[in-house]
Amino acid sequence: MNKKKVYPFYFVLGALALYTVLFVVPSIIGIGYSFTNWSAYSDDLKFVWLDNFKLIFSAEEDYMDIISNTLKFTAVTTVLKNVLGLALALLLTKSIRFLNFHRGIMFMPSVLSTLIIGMIFKSILDPANGLLNTFLRSAGLGFLAGKWLVTSELAFGSVMAVDIWRGTGYIMTILIAGILSISLTYYEAAGIDGANGFQKFRYITLPLIMPTLATTTVLNVIYGLKVFDMIYALTNGGPGRTTTEVLYTAVFKRFGTGQYAAGTALSSVMFLFMAVVGVFMIRVMTKGEVAE
Amino acid sequence: MKKTLYMVIRNLAAWVISLISAAPFLLILFNSLKTSLSASDMNLSLPGLPLQWGNFLEVIEKGKLVGSFINSCIYTFGSVALCCFLSSLAAYVLARNHTKFTRAIYLFIVLGITMPINYVALTRVMIFLNLNDTQLGIVLLYTAMQIPFSIFLIYGFVLKIPVELDEAGIIDGCSPIRLFVAIIFPLLKPAIATTVVLTFLNNWNEFISPLYFLSSSTKWPMTLSVYNFFGMYFKDWNMVCADIVMTSIPVVLIYLFGQKYIVSGMTAGAVKG
Repeated sequence: MNKKKVYPFYFVLGALALYTVLFVVPSIIGIGYSFTNWSAYSDDLKFVWLDNFKLIFSAEEDYMDIISNTLKFTAVTTVLKNVLGLALALLLTKSIRFLNFHRGIMFMPSVLSTLIIGMIFKSILDPANGLLNTFLRSAGLGFLAGKWLVTSELAFGSVMAVDIWRGTGYIMTILIAGILSISLTYYEAAGIDGANGFQKFRYITLPLIMPTLATTTVLNVIYGLKVFDMIYALTNGGPGRTTTEVLYTAVFKRFGTGQYAAGTALSSVMFLFMAVVGVFMIRVMTKGEVAE
Repeated sequence: MKKTLYMVIRNLAAWVISLISAAPFLLILFNSLKTSLSASDMNLSLPGLPLQWGNFLEVIEKGKLVGSFINSCIYTFGSVALCCFLSSLAAYVLARNHTKFTRAIYLFIVLGITMPINYVALTRVMIFLNLNDTQLGIVLLYTAMQIPFSIFLIYGFVLKIPVELDEAGIIDGCSPIRLFVAIIFPLLKPAIATTVVLTFLNNWNEFISPLYFLSSSTKWPMTLSVYNFFGMYFKDWNMVCADIVMTSIPVVLIYLFGQKYIVSGMTAGAVKG
C-alpha cells in the first residue's frame, strides 16, 4: 500500500496553513518587531536592537514586577490547585451519597467564562456590601472582613484565591480519572498486608498518580503564565501601578497606548518562557503515543 | 461507630464544598430575578415575588443582546465546524502516514497548545490579510487557536482505529477522500463530539481576540458585550445578572448534555490507562 497516495499530504495543509499564518507567523515577526521602535505615533520603523529588552530588564521600570507577579501567580495557583484538587479527588472517590452531583457542581466553575467569574467576584468581594464581607459580619467574624480587591496588601491574594476557586474543580476531575484508573487489586493486597488508609495513599495512590499530577501541573503552569480574563475583570492590574499586573494584561495596556514595540517585546519574553514549558509539556502529553 | 462518623464527615465536607462552588451561581440567578433596589446589595436571599422576568426582556433590549447572540453563534458555530473539519483531516493523515516528517509536523502543531499568541504582532498579520475587524477574521482566528488541541485529541483516537479497515477499503477501490468520508470519519464520531464540545466552550467564552480585533460594537460577541454592559450599568445588578445568565445559558446547556465528552476530552493525555 502506497502510504503517500492513500494518505495525501494535502489533507494536512488547511489546518497547517491556518495555524502557521495566524499563530506561528505572528510569534516570529513579533520577535523581529521587538528589536524596532514600532509604535502608533511614528511611521518610520527603525531598528533599536536591544533597547526594548534593556528597558524591560532595567531596574527603573516596573516590568520586572510584572514578570515576577506572573511567576508568583503561576507558582501559587499551581501548587494550591494541585493540593486542593487532590484532596477533593480523594474525597470524591470514596463512598458518598450523590457522588456525581457533587462532582458535577464542583466542576461547574471551569465551564463558565473566566471573564464572567471575574465580574461575579468583583461583586462578592466588594468591601462594603459584597457577599463575602456580609457573610463574615453576620457570622460574627467581622474582624476578618477585608478590603479584598482594593488594597495593595490583599489584592494579589484575592485574585489568586478567586482563580483557585475557579480552577480546582478542573484539576479535581482529571485527578479523579487518574485515581479511578488505579487497579483495585493493589489496595486489596495492601489491605491484606495490614496497611492503613494513609499508607495506602502514600505508597499506592500517590506514586501511581504522579504522571497525572505532572500533567495537571503543566496545564496549570500554561494557564497561569497566560492568565488574562480573570485579572482584567477583577483588578485590571491595580490597585496602583502594578500590584496585580501580569504579562498578558501589560501587553494589552501597551497595545492600548500604542507602545507596540514594548508590547511585542513582552510577548516575546513570554514566548521564550512558554517554549521551555511547551517542550516539557509535549513530552508528557505525547508519551506512549505509538503508531500501530 | 467510627466508620459512621467518618461517613458523616465526608458527606458534610462534600456538601460544604459544593455549596462554596455553587453559591456564586445561585447569587447571579437569584439577583437576576429581583428588582433593581433589592438586588443592589447582591445577597443570597431568595428573590421576592413577583419574580422580575421582565429584567431579561429589558436587558435584551438595553444590552443589544440579539445582535451579540447572533455574532457569538456565527463565531462559535463557524469555527467549531471549520476546526473539526480541518483537524480531523489533518490528524488522520498525520497519524496514518507515519514518517519523521509527519511526526515533526504533528509536534510543530501540537506545540501550539502551550504557546502564547503574540496579539500585538498578530494585528499586523490581520491587517495585511484584510481580516482586522471582520467576522471572517474572528472565525479563522478561533479556528487557528483550537486546531492544536483538536488535532492532538483526534490523532490519539485515529491511532486506535485498526489500519486493516483502510486496507480493506483500498482493495475495494476507495479513493483517499472516499476512504476518509465513508470509513474513517464515521468511526471518529466520539473524538469529533469531544472536539465539538470543547471548542464550543472555549470559543463561546473567548474574550481576548475580540477585544483586540473587533473595534465595531455591532460585531461584538456576548462576552464582550456583557463586559461592556457591566461597565455601563454596574449599579443595576439585577440587569447585569440577567445579562450574565443569558450569556452563560448556552455553555451550561452544553455542559449538562455533553459532560461525558468534556471529561473525556479534558483528561485526554492526562491519564494513560
